[in-house]
Amino acid sequence: MKTIMSALSLKKRIETRMGLHTDLGRRHGAWLLMTLPAVLWIVVFRYITLVGLGIAFIDYRPRRGIFGSDFVGLRNFEFLFRTEAALRATRNTVLLSLLFLVVSMVVALAVAYMIYQIYSSRMTKYYQTVLLLPNFISWVIVSYFVFALLATESGIVNVILRNMGRDQIAWYSSPQYWPFILLLAHMWNSLGWSSLIYLAAMLGIDPQLYEAATLDGANKFRQFFSVTIPLILPIVTLNFLLGLGNIFAQDFGLFYQVTRNRPQLYPTTDVLDTFIYRSIAGLGNIPMASAAQFYQSVVGFVLILSANWLIKRTSRSDQDLSIF
Amino acid sequence: MSTHTSTATTVQKPRRKKQSAGLQGSPGVRIHSRTLRLAVHLILAAIALTALAPFLIIVSSSLTSEQSLVVDGFAIWPRVLDTTAYQLIFERPERLYSAYSVTVYVSLFGTVLALLFMSMIAYPMSRTQFRYRKFFNLFVLIPMLFNGGIVPYYILVTQFLGLRNTLTILFLPPMISFYQIILLRAFFMQIPNEMFDAARADGAGEWRILFTIVVHLAKPAIATMALMTFLSYWNNWTTALYFIDNWRLYPLQYLLHQLMRDAEALALEPQLGGQALPTNAVRMAMAVLATGPAAAIFLMFQKYLVQGITLGSLK
Repeated sequence: MKTIMSALSLKKRIETRMGLHTDLGRRHGAWLLMTLPAVLWIVVFRYITLVGLGIAFIDYRPRRGIFGSDFVGLRNFEFLFRTEAALRATRNTVLLSLLFLVVSMVVALAVAYMIYQIYSSRMTKYYQTVLLLPNFISWVIVSYFVFALLATESGIVNVILRNMGRDQIAWYSSPQYWPFILLLAHMWNSLGWSSLIYLAAMLGIDPQLYEAATLDGANKFRQFFSVTIPLILPIVTLNFLLGLGNIFAQDFGLFYQVTRNRPQLYPTTDVLDTFIYRSIAGLGNIPMASAAQFYQSVVGFVLILSANWLIKRTSRSDQDLSIF
Repeated sequence: MSTHTSTATTVQKPRRKKQSAGLQGSPGVRIHSRTLRLAVHLILAAIALTALAPFLIIVSSSLTSEQSLVVDGFAIWPRVLDTTAYQLIFERPERLYSAYSVTVYVSLFGTVLALLFMSMIAYPMSRTQFRYRKFFNLFVLIPMLFNGGIVPYYILVTQFLGLRNTLTILFLPPMISFYQIILLRAFFMQIPNEMFDAARADGAGEWRILFTIVVHLAKPAIATMALMTFLSYWNNWTTALYFIDNWRLYPLQYLLHQLMRDAEALALEPQLGGQALPTNAVRMAMAVLATGPAAAIFLMFQKYLVQGITLGSLK
């Protein structure tokens, strides 16, 4: 009797636990069905490709397929790191990412602070719109106008140089200028978005703090460093660390389109993404490309985990900004 | 996950502050000195002009004669007004029309499906009663941080899915954005549970609740997402770069990419035939025709966009 009772209560408990006979249970059925299309997409395009990183350890031959190709251990990586191009791409990726990260942060903060100071003005809306527009223009179009600016014979910059009596510069075959040119293109594209984010944070600051600072005799410049920055520091830190975490990945379009994929520019503009793309598309060397991809993904993974750890370490307990 | 739950409370903040800073005016925020204010306006105007100048250059180059581009070079203002470039394009418009129809079809269809699927997953994820919330949060977060990259993706699409040179591949990859799922979820979380309980008491099922109440109440959020998704489809050229080599399936941006490449190939080997060379003016005109609609849509809906990004930043 006792066992029957406990079995019954167990059944009841399971049913309540699963919620099979309740409204909530039926609701869960509908809810799970709703998630299905997105889940399928995520599994196919993200999780399977994540597992697919494993092809870095086989000698992939399209004809023989993934499961028919030979396991070669670390051989692909040996080939990869013996090429000078891989090391160059790593160096370019890291240095350019750092350059972009630091410069855009400083400029975006400055622009956000300026917009904040005139926020009541009617012009604010126009500044924001105009600054945001480039973010929604494709890199193909950017490559078009960069060409209009830098073309050797008819480019605007060279025309100006000629008019000033200076020698014109063959921009598309002078790699030394390109870190700077790419930085400008990157800033043009992203400034609106990043300054908007900082502006949103600045608008959350209590204006009385500025009044107090003014009474203490702090000018606008001083206020920026002793009121604004300390108060939006969490967002700044978060963005900076996320940027550090993404140092190994770059915007493929910027480096592929804006440089017009010119081999002469590779010394300063070839990054891991363009290197990987070229290994597949140009050379058809999938083992090498997959080793480079694995390298990029794993280092990126480690960087993001470390950034997250750092965020956890630096943020106060009442406002944990870490991602997980 | 603590950061996400805080969204609902932080979301209203900037707007409230905007009013106190903007409308009533608070002396601490504004700049009193006229000169300083003027200087700030001048700097911002200069930056804004820099942001706009490239568009001017493209438009002005498309509206001038090839002759002028060769002799005087590109300029921010056309030296000679000439619409030959556009006339040339519309004399033989097959490629442009084809690319336009591909892009419009993919952008519209893709945006509708993307918003549908993303709302469908974001809605259960926004409900506290949803038992698998934690699991789904993690499920969505992991691929946001760790990426398999293009090599496995390339092999998957070409070898296993067999989607090379199909329309399907053009609208599949950019469909799900993890960032947008999380934004949508944050918006849906703001809808109070009582709303749903009332609807359920009236006998509405979950699907009906999603398509009437949720979609209705989150209209501004969905409009923002739709705009971002539409523009990302419109600007997508990488998918075609990887998987399309049939010109009938070229989207606009990829057609532009090809025009630039063809011109370069011909410039390197002039003997291949000069008459087919797409001139600079023609290419710039194509760029205008390809970007025009996207820019117009952006300008029409930008006020939603500013809201959307601001909310996203507070995640």
